[in-house]
Amino acid sequence: MTTSLEPRVTEGTILRSALDTRSEQYRANHAAQLAILAELEEQLDIVRAGGGPRYAERHHARGRLLVRERLELLLDRDSAFLELSALAAHGTEFTVGASLVTGIGVVAGVECVVIAHDPTVRGGAMNPWSLKKSLRALEIARRNRLPVINLVESGGADLPTQSELFVPAGKIFHDLTELSAMGVPTIALVFGNSTAGGAYVPGMCDYSVLVDQQAKVFLGGPPLVKMATGENADDEELGGARMHARVSGLADHFAVDERDAIRLGRRIVSELNWRKHGPGPSLPADEPVYDPGELLGIAPADIRVPYDPREVLARTVDGSRFGEYKPEYGTSLVTGWASVHGYPVGVLANARGVLFSEEAKKAAEFIQLANQVDTPLVFLQNTTGYMVGKEYEQGGIIKDGAKMINAVTNSSVPHITINTAASFGAGNYGMSGRAYDPRLMFAWPGAKLAVMGAAQLAGVLSIVGKAAAAAAGREFDQDADDARRRAVEAQIEAESHSFFVTARLYDDGLLDPRDTRTALGIALSAAHSGPVEGRRGFGVFRM
Amino acid sequence: MIRTLLVANRGEIALRVIRTAREMDIATVAVYSDPDAGAPFVAAADHAVRLPGASPADTYLRGDLLIAAARATGADAVHPGYGFLSENAGFARACADAGLVFVGPSPEAIEAMGSKTAAKERMAAAGVPVLPGVLIGAAGETDAAALAEAADGIGYPVLVKAAYGGGGRGMRIVHCAAELAEAVDGARREAASSFGNDTVFLERFVERPRHIEVQVFGDSHGTVVHLFERECSIQRRYQKIIEEAPSPAVSPELRAELGAAAVAAAKAIDYVGAGTVEFVMDQDGRFFFLEVNTRLQVEHPVTEAVTGLDLVRVQLQVADGEPLPAEVTGAVLTGHAIEARLYAEDVPAGFLPATGIVHRFAVPALPGVRVDAGVADGSAVAVHYDPMLAKVIAYGPTRDAACRLLARALADTRVHGVTTNRDLLVGILREDEFRRGDIDTAYLTRHDPVDLGAARDPETTLRVHALAAALAGAAGRRATARVQATVPSGWRNVPNEDQLTSFTAGGREVHVRYRFGRDGLRASVDGVPPDVAVGSSSPERVRLTVDGVGRTVDVHRVGEAVYLDSSLGATELFELERFPEPQSAEEAGSLHAPMPGTVVRVEVAEGQHVRAGAVVVVLEAMKMEHVVRAPTDGVVAALHAEAGLTVDTGHVLAVVHELDAEVSA
Repeated sequence: MTTSLEPRVTEGTILRSALDTRSEQYRANHAAQLAILAELEEQLDIVRAGGGPRYAERHHARGRLLVRERLELLLDRDSAFLELSALAAHGTEFTVGASLVTGIGVVAGVECVVIAHDPTVRGGAMNPWSLKKSLRALEIARRNRLPVINLVESGGADLPTQSELFVPAGKIFHDLTELSAMGVPTIALVFGNSTAGGAYVPGMCDYSVLVDQQAKVFLGGPPLVKMATGENADDEELGGARMHARVSGLADHFAVDERDAIRLGRRIVSELNWRKHGPGPSLPADEPVYDPGELLGIAPADIRVPYDPREVLARTVDGSRFGEYKPEYGTSLVTGWASVHGYPVGVLANARGVLFSEEAKKAAEFIQLANQVDTPLVFLQNTTGYMVGKEYEQGGIIKDGAKMINAVTNSSVPHITINTAASFGAGNYGMSGRAYDPRLMFAWPGAKLAVMGAAQLAGVLSIVGKAAAAAAGREFDQDADDARRRAVEAQIEAESHSFFVTARLYDDGLLDPRDTRTALGIALSAAHSGPVEGRRGFGVFRM
Repeated sequence: MIRTLLVANRGEIALRVIRTAREMDIATVAVYSDPDAGAPFVAAADHAVRLPGASPADTYLRGDLLIAAARATGADAVHPGYGFLSENAGFARACADAGLVFVGPSPEAIEAMGSKTAAKERMAAAGVPVLPGVLIGAAGETDAAALAEAADGIGYPVLVKAAYGGGGRGMRIVHCAAELAEAVDGARREAASSFGNDTVFLERFVERPRHIEVQVFGDSHGTVVHLFERECSIQRRYQKIIEEAPSPAVSPELRAELGAAAVAAAKAIDYVGAGTVEFVMDQDGRFFFLEVNTRLQVEHPVTEAVTGLDLVRVQLQVADGEPLPAEVTGAVLTGHAIEARLYAEDVPAGFLPATGIVHRFAVPALPGVRVDAGVADGSAVAVHYDPMLAKVIAYGPTRDAACRLLARALADTRVHGVTTNRDLLVGILREDEFRRGDIDTAYLTRHDPVDLGAARDPETTLRVHALAAALAGAAGRRATARVQATVPSGWRNVPNEDQLTSFTAGGREVHVRYRFGRDGLRASVDGVPPDVAVGSSSPERVRLTVDGVGRTVDVHRVGEAVYLDSSLGATELFELERFPEPQSAEEAGSLHAPMPGTVVRVEVAEGQHVRAGAVVVVLEAMKMEHVVRAPTDGVVAALHAEAGLTVDTGHVLAVVHELDAEVSA
């Protein structure tokens, strides 16, 4: 990598791994990661099964394709698909996956957000988690400027949860037309029911394709019409593909069957004359020098054990090249320049959990530098939060933490965040957590997320309890406290589990650590669909 | 001295003649029919003159046009090649009358050999051994008794063949008197239709005969020499497909005898130029005169290979009046050469000529291999002419060496887009009897051509090649991806069904599923997973290990067609479209009302034939007349309109069945 054509000075930037793959630590980490990946795989099997074999067979028997078959046909052959929020609704009363498949895929050479109903799960009915998942996909489309393709077949709202759904669901139609106004095309391919509120999806989209004898798009079906006006009308007259294509004009295209609808959808995308607004990849996209398979043995099974994030970068970034910024200063946070699949990035990665004033100031400076030169940022979280204690409070840790949060908040280059092990406290905010609008956010399945660690939280409650008892002059019931402490710890442990977190849409999905490089590549490519522009205004503040 | 040579032929022989003429600094003129306008020989010539039309009768057989072309280009000589007018005395004479040198023997010599029966009498008189035989038809000796008597005199089995013509047409073998009359009638009918003369010839049929021919050369100074024999016993339907020199059945003594007989035959007709005396030889080495071909033979390259001569050069020297050069008169036979004729034909379908575009034609450049090809990448093979694509000639120190070399050269030949007899040729060259030289003209009746050309393990070949085709397709799509080009092929964080590519191969569908995962490739062909690993894949080449054996498969894609070549053989696949054109639920050819309105006029009736663009129905809406026309030539199959009828948008006014569809239905 020393040719004169090399766009960057790369000498001395190739990371040297110190990972010992024969060590006890590595093997323990590796085993723990594989175990949780196996659990994840079990959940994904359930997700893929949708409504289960009985409903799948019934659906097939009606000559219809399953949601994932529709999706695979829609995508360009051999292109990648980054599925989002696969475990949505996990652990709730609803089917894991939330009767919806969403993700970023390539259709006719254009990166799109796909939102597809799974009609085998309660007829594709929308529950509060499907709504969250749908709205998140639309937000990703809006933030990254990605055209949206809806594969519609849904019985509408899950009526028992209407109180949670009805008001916020209006946002779907709002977002679709807002996207349209922003110059982001929206497409609806209607394979089945799209009634009542659902009828507005093809209504609000820029393009709609209806499948003959399958699509039903009306505000009120035959029984409702009969009730309301006494009129007798059948499904086809009220909302069939032929009627909408020839009479109402709601359908731009009449599809003879599902395959035809998908073909038409692909044709529509190909005719969008789509141009990405980002500059695209500009650096060599060579594979890392080190084996990404070893990523399984890096993040520790016990989140209290820190690890060197450079070992992750050595297995993730192009050619394992990482030009480190301020390597001698604020060493609990590693910052520097790299590229992934040819896209230049700035990286912020926690090294030893805690963020001190130095780390916060280093981060604030680095984020400003990335904005100055329009370079996207990648955050690798493994943080227990900002340092506490007299010395640090007096040293202004709040002001320094605020600088970092300020920089993260007002940074306008794309952020992509991955929780690799732990994301606790305000560290989650400073490291571009969910509330800070990263373009995409993922977690490795072993990662935890909470306001603080379960044991610490339980301990804090115990201390507070003791203090309250002392202040009130009550006798402290040690046994009751122990029991409560164990219960709280178990609850927090469960709630910081990656499945719990991703189920609630606090990230965009779980990622096998070995897929980190690919997922980042897709995320960066998607982010480059929109402009990649940093915040301007002041010079870079030296902190 | 010849300065400009018109080549009155096409394809490989035209290129062959042009090559030598260039080496001799003789300018060349190609003539070409319309289908041949883009052929390689046209581009190779210095000048080219169009012969309007396609059929041989309109083009390459039009002596008047050829002579006009020679005049127009200032040519002073005409090389006729083989076939077409090469053995037409009238054309040779017309050339002479026009002051053009005809590169070939005199019209008299051509005429003398034109009738096989007359030729035979003349040869018998000159002391050349001939088969006993009798002419039927010329003198009216057609009654059954006379026929039977003649056949008895010759002795069964008896061969019946056309007296004027060749190529095996009209030939019959008669084993007993009872079959005779019908065979003679059939042969005469075919002779009449093929050659315009129903005279046939009866002669002794030789069991397990070998076809041995001797190359002769005469000059205008009275010298006649022979350039040894060729054996052309491997024939299908009386057409030679593999020829060699020398014959494995000819000893030096027999060679001298054959040569002497051939020279005697040539001298009997004062032969000038290149000619071939054909003999039939039995398994004991007894040979009998068959005929003289008064032209350069298709298989002349094997003689060139074993003598080191350029026979076209010698032809031109002789035509220029020069005496035969010393290297001809003192020619020595060295080594062994075998030629295979690569035909565009479907062997299992009974050697049916095949047509198409030759998307790729490449014979590996092995030392000792010569290729005389009439086609190049992109050439069209049409129905008008002989379907021979090329001759591949291998030369080696021994017959075995030449066989091995030719078999490998043909096996590794890439020929895409047309069906060929390649597998049959390779099968023969690798077959034991052929390798022992134990051959005769019935070789391909003893050995089933379909079996000879059959792949050893067609199922494995198809599976490996289909997998390679799918992977090459994937590599091609990844290489041209507009976004995420460096992301792993078909990557999923939540895997669904594997990628699917479907092909048809000879009427059968083949479905390949594959996924590139963390542990490499996972694939199945028709649901059966082979044990497979991919070394590398590009759009043009896939290296994979299947069931423990590494293979390199070359992939060539033209539209939906995929041509695959590997050590397993060659396969042609057609990829099925992922999104086939939708079949409308509605009857094809339905004509819709473009807007709501009233039918003003109906201009057709049911069952009526209409031309594309014909007015079918006229509608009035909003005071405007809208004309609905027939989209294609066709028949009005149904009519759902009458004057005064009010119709809505989309109302089917009429159905017009396309004419072709109607005919084929």
